[in-house]
Formats: sequence, structure tokens, C-alpha cells
Amino acid sequence: MIEPAMTPEWSLYEVFIRARSGLEHKHVGSVHAADAPMALQHARDVYTRRQEGVSIWVVKSVDIVASDPADADAWFEPARDKIYRHPTFYAIPDEVKNL
Amino acid sequence: MTEALVRDLEAARLRYVLQLADTSLVLAQRLGEWVGHAPALEEDLGLANVALDLLGQARLLLGYAAELEGRGRSEDDLAFSRDQGEFLNVTLAEQPNGDFACTIVRQVLIDAFQLELYDSLQRSSDHRLAEIAAKSLKETRYHLAYSAGWLLRLGDGTAESHARSQAALDALWRFTVELFAADDSDTAAADAGIAPHLSELEPRWSERIQELLRQATLMPPPHTPYRWQGKRGEHSEHLGYLLADMQFLYRAYPGARW
Repeated sequence: MIEPAMTPEWSLYEVFIRARSGLEHKHVGSVHAADAPMALQHARDVYTRRQEGVSIWVVKSVDIVASDPADADAWFEPARDKIYRHPTFYAIPDEVKNL
Repeated sequence: MTEALVRDLEAARLRYVLQLADTSLVLAQRLGEWVGHAPALEEDLGLANVALDLLGQARLLLGYAAELEGRGRSEDDLAFSRDQGEFLNVTLAEQPNGDFACTIVRQVLIDAFQLELYDSLQRSSDHRLAEIAAKSLKETRYHLAYSAGWLLRLGDGTAESHARSQAALDALWRFTVELFAADDSDTAAADAGIAPHLSELEPRWSERIQELLRQATLMPPPHTPYRWQGKRGEHSEHLGYLLADMQFLYRAYPGARW
């Protein structure tokens, strides 16, 4: 198997599959390909062999803007102690029948 | 129909089904040889997917052939216990993989053939064949999209990939005459409405292939009059080795099961 070292012109694409109509596309993995149509074919050949999906999206990995894992503390820790943001934090008064 | 004519027609039907089955089976075996050796992981799976589609077609067709034959043989018996002279695949299908360009050219030529064949065979008077053709047609549409995509990339790619695909085309073109050369069972099956006339498929195949070659900047080789006879069981020197590989286990361990 020749890995990307020997195919430097191939880009990495992220693959998203919709399992059934009405569901959202979910990230399932990535493929290498020379261009978008080939990436779609590769995604089909690699990720839908067991009826995993009815629709495929591919996105060039470099086009995804991602948060920096090093920032995780600053970005995500502050939410940890704010449990009052969850609706389950609030007791529902008995008088409220329908919510 | 007289009894003799019915017997002839049933013999032609069986032979015709075996021709279709063997072409898919042998090509599946060839593509399977790429597993673990393809130029990229994604192509490894892509080629294996095509191979498994073809194997599925071969199983349906061989299962039907076994019923038609009525001698108590199974699809496995037909696949693994027949000798080279009893295989009726077109000679093109058994040609070695060569380089990737060679595999792709062989695939394009056969995919385009099977596309026209299955499209017409959907209207066969033989309902079993019509059903198998309808299922196989969907698979073949993807096979051709895959192989034609690669033909364009290779033919209209680098000087190296162009030279290799042109060489593959020049080497394999001579086997395409056989695809449309009707033998007795082809003609009998077509006359009975079981199969399309190959002469109807040829212009459609030719038009599609010429257009693909033009887009891929490849030169169509000159017509060769020589006609291979794989459909009659007379094969190139390559089939024996392929069958030895494919049939070894079944023959060394009769009755072995997964």
C-alpha cells in the first residue's frame, strides 16, 4: 500500500455520511484524492460498503477551521461550573402542566 | 417447437448464461489480485468493490446455470470444478492485470460492454436473466464511472500515464472483436428473445468508447480482424494460471466450508 508520501499531490478530504433520509450528515473519517469527484468516489468505496449511507459530503480538510486544542482550557472549562445553563437545573412548579 | 429444437434452445440458453457468468467471474478474480497491491488504500477498496459486484453477478448466473443444467451441480461446482476448456468467458476478461493503466483499460472496455448488454438484457424473455440484468446494470453504471474516470485521468494526465494507457489500449484492443462476434449460442439466444443481438450493442459500445478515448486524448487502435475464441472455450495462455489459483483450495480440500 502506498501512502501519501508517494502521492504528494493528493489532498485529504473529510467524509460526512447521512445514514438515512432526514438524519444529519455525520463525520465518519477521511480519504485521500486528487480532486473532489474522486474524493466522493473514494468516500463511497471506503465508507458505504455496508449500507452506511444514502448521501455523502466531502470537504477538503484544509478548509475546515478548527479550534486549537491548546486553548481548550480557556475555551471550554468556563462552561463546566455553569450547570444553571441546563434546563434540568430548574425544578418545574407543580402548577405547570404543559412545558 | 419440436423436441429437438427445444433441446437445442435449452442448450444455447445454458451456454449463453455460462458465457455471461464466466466473464464476470474471471474478471472478478483478476481484480481481486489487486487487493493489497493497489496504488492507494482507497483504490484497493474501489477495485475490490467492483470485483465483489462482479462475483455477485457470477454467483447469480452460475446458480441459474446450475438449475438449467439439472445435473445436481452447485454454483461452486461450476466455478471450481470446470476446466479451462469449459470456461466460456471472453478472452479480454482473463488478460493479466499488467500495470494500473492496463487494468483500467481492460475494465473500461468490459464495463462499457456490460452496460449495453445488461441494459438490453433487462427486456429478455427469460425472466431470471432480466432480473439479474436489472440488478447488475446499477452496479455496472458505477463500475464504468470509476473506470472511465481513471481512463481520463491517466490518458489526459502526465506523459508517462498517457504512454502507459495508450500502450495498454494498443495491447488489449485486439480482444474487443470477440465481444461482438456472435457464436451459435449467441445467435440462438438472440433469435429466441433471450439475449440482445450483439450487432445491436456494438454501435452503442463503439460510440461510447470512441468518445471516452477522445476525452482521454487516446488514439483508437486500428481494427483487427482476428477473433479470439474464449466464448468457445479456446483461451489465451493466461486463463490456466488464473484457474489454478482460483480453484486450488476447492480441489485440494473437496467439500471444505467456511
